[in-house]
Amino acid sequence: MLSGLLAHLRLDPRLSSMVAALIVIAIVLNVMTGGLFLSAENLYNLSIQTCVIAVMACGMVYVIVARQIDLSVGSLLAFSGMAAAWVQTRAFPPDSTTGWVTSIVVALALGAAVGAMQGALVARMRIPAFIVTLAGYLMFRGAAFLVSDGQTLAPLHPTYQALGGGVNGAIGVTASIVLGLLAAAWVVWHAWTGRRDQRRYGIEPAPIWVDALKAALLCAAIAGFVWTMCLAPDFTNVDEAGMPRGRGIGVPVLILLVIAGFMTFVAQRTRYGRYVFAYGGNPEAALLSGLPTTWLVWSLFILTGVLAAIASVITTARLGSGANSIGQLAELYVISAAVIGGTSFAGGTGSVPGAVLGALLIQTLDNGMVLLDVSSPMRQIFIGIVLIVSVWFDVVYQKRA
Amino acid sequence: MMQMEQAPAPAAPADREAFVQMRQIVKRFGGLVAVNHVDLDLYAGECVGVLGHNGAGKTVLIKVLSGVYVPDEGSIQVHGKPVSFRTPHDAQAAGIETIHQTLALADNLDGPGNLFLGRELLTPWRTLDSRRMEYEARNVIKRLNPNFRNILDPVLRMSGGQRQSVAIARALYFNARILIMDEPCAALGPAETRMVLETIKRLKAEGIGIFLISHEMHDVFEVCDRATVMKNGSVVGMVQMKDVTQDEVLQMIIQGKRPVPAQAA
Repeated sequence: MLSGLLAHLRLDPRLSSMVAALIVIAIVLNVMTGGLFLSAENLYNLSIQTCVIAVMACGMVYVIVARQIDLSVGSLLAFSGMAAAWVQTRAFPPDSTTGWVTSIVVALALGAAVGAMQGALVARMRIPAFIVTLAGYLMFRGAAFLVSDGQTLAPLHPTYQALGGGVNGAIGVTASIVLGLLAAAWVVWHAWTGRRDQRRYGIEPAPIWVDALKAALLCAAIAGFVWTMCLAPDFTNVDEAGMPRGRGIGVPVLILLVIAGFMTFVAQRTRYGRYVFAYGGNPEAALLSGLPTTWLVWSLFILTGVLAAIASVITTARLGSGANSIGQLAELYVISAAVIGGTSFAGGTGSVPGAVLGALLIQTLDNGMVLLDVSSPMRQIFIGIVLIVSVWFDVVYQKRA
Repeated sequence: MMQMEQAPAPAAPADREAFVQMRQIVKRFGGLVAVNHVDLDLYAGECVGVLGHNGAGKTVLIKVLSGVYVPDEGSIQVHGKPVSFRTPHDAQAAGIETIHQTLALADNLDGPGNLFLGRELLTPWRTLDSRRMEYEARNVIKRLNPNFRNILDPVLRMSGGQRQSVAIARALYFNARILIMDEPCAALGPAETRMVLETIKRLKAEGIGIFLISHEMHDVFEVCDRATVMKNGSVVGMVQMKDVTQDEVLQMIIQGKRPVPAQAA
């Protein structure tokens, strides 16, 4: 009966089963932690923790869909993060607005340049991406160390630090509610125009209650999220009565939502996205159809380079300093998030929302296990098991379908 | 090479302008001469077979014409105008569509996605116009294969005939005057082969010129007007289907020389 309902709703089976798994895991963790896990404060932290991995996973989906891999994102995160911190602390006086703005520009430019270099080696010189980015993994970690000879660079500009979601790192209650309402309005408008377009081309839309229920579920999720974020207390920002104000949506979460939304749009609605998927489905067909395959592969590494740089800004802003050890193992978590989210190494399949949910799932387990005092090695073992189980689940599901 | 000094193909109807004139085409891969000074013509409403063993150079020759390979020597004229194709897009722009042996379909994309691959219809905002592409794809595929409705499935889940329909529809939608079909029936059952052959006849009647690469003598003799036989990259000879038997053509393919009377000429 449940599967009948799901078929009626025409929901993506992968995404809906991931959401279901997340809900079950969240409830179990909440019981085990005595209500700590589902507290507004913890959920705010979880939303911030997810962003770094999720931002990079959005690009990793494209890379893996096109049958490539990028193992260098964690090291590149460290390298560009150190570059940003160096610009702020060494090249400009403290508290310089120009300094932190320039540091972001430098980080992004560095990410793009390094990505372009790796992309050229893969696309033009035909060196396998695994090898190029494995070398990058080593080189950029070394380069991150050399930026300051291993020293930690601090302090970073307070406004810059807000990008990390820490102190003043959220947009407040009012703005969050306005954004939530706008998002809900968009969901309703999208459902309505979708039905109108289907009629225009002579396709009978699903029953109205199906679309209404879907839109209602999405709006409820948006409302729940905004509500929770607004309940999260901001102890550095108290009202007249001395009570902490609500935080609202964190800045990194906004960055993630913009990136994930944009990347989903590009994947589904633009030529570029179509070509990435076509190339992943059949590289020969892409070539015979006259697609610009060399540039396509090249561009993917620029994309992951820029996203690694954005992730480095979030990471250093959150820490308030630049340390060359940041982003360790990040590449593996990013790839895991994409794979858990349904991206296949065979190429041609994958989705950005899936990867974001995959990152959320990994971070949920990690966060919950920290609350339960599980040691770091045990957490790694457990997340490894989850990766295998999720892919095994996929193999079983594919066989049956 | 010397064989090729002979006069223009015997079947060339002199009063009409050739759709395609390939002259002295050479394509080398390293030391291997895959196509060696080959001439080939195509006229409106005719089907020209390109025959030969595996490795005879047929596929390389047509990939030169479809813009996948750039020839090392030789010239191509399309509708009397000299052309030089650098990419498949150039050939398509000149009205040449190719149905590759592998069909060149992306298995993960649906019918419209493949039909318009590389030439997507866009909205005024430069985004993919999926609904219009679906609508157009349904119309063109309906003409080929009226029973084919699940065009929104990934191509992976389609039957051989349906995949072939998508590949042919891709060539037809863009109003090609020149069509290249590389082994279109190789992976098809009898009913689907029949559909392809009937399609070829109908397209000929519409005045479209077709190059057909095939191993299947029966198909070649049914739809082709002329055929050129290749071996080791060179042309063995050009024959009119009505003048030769299947055995004679097979002999040319296997032995690499023209039947005795023709050679004496």
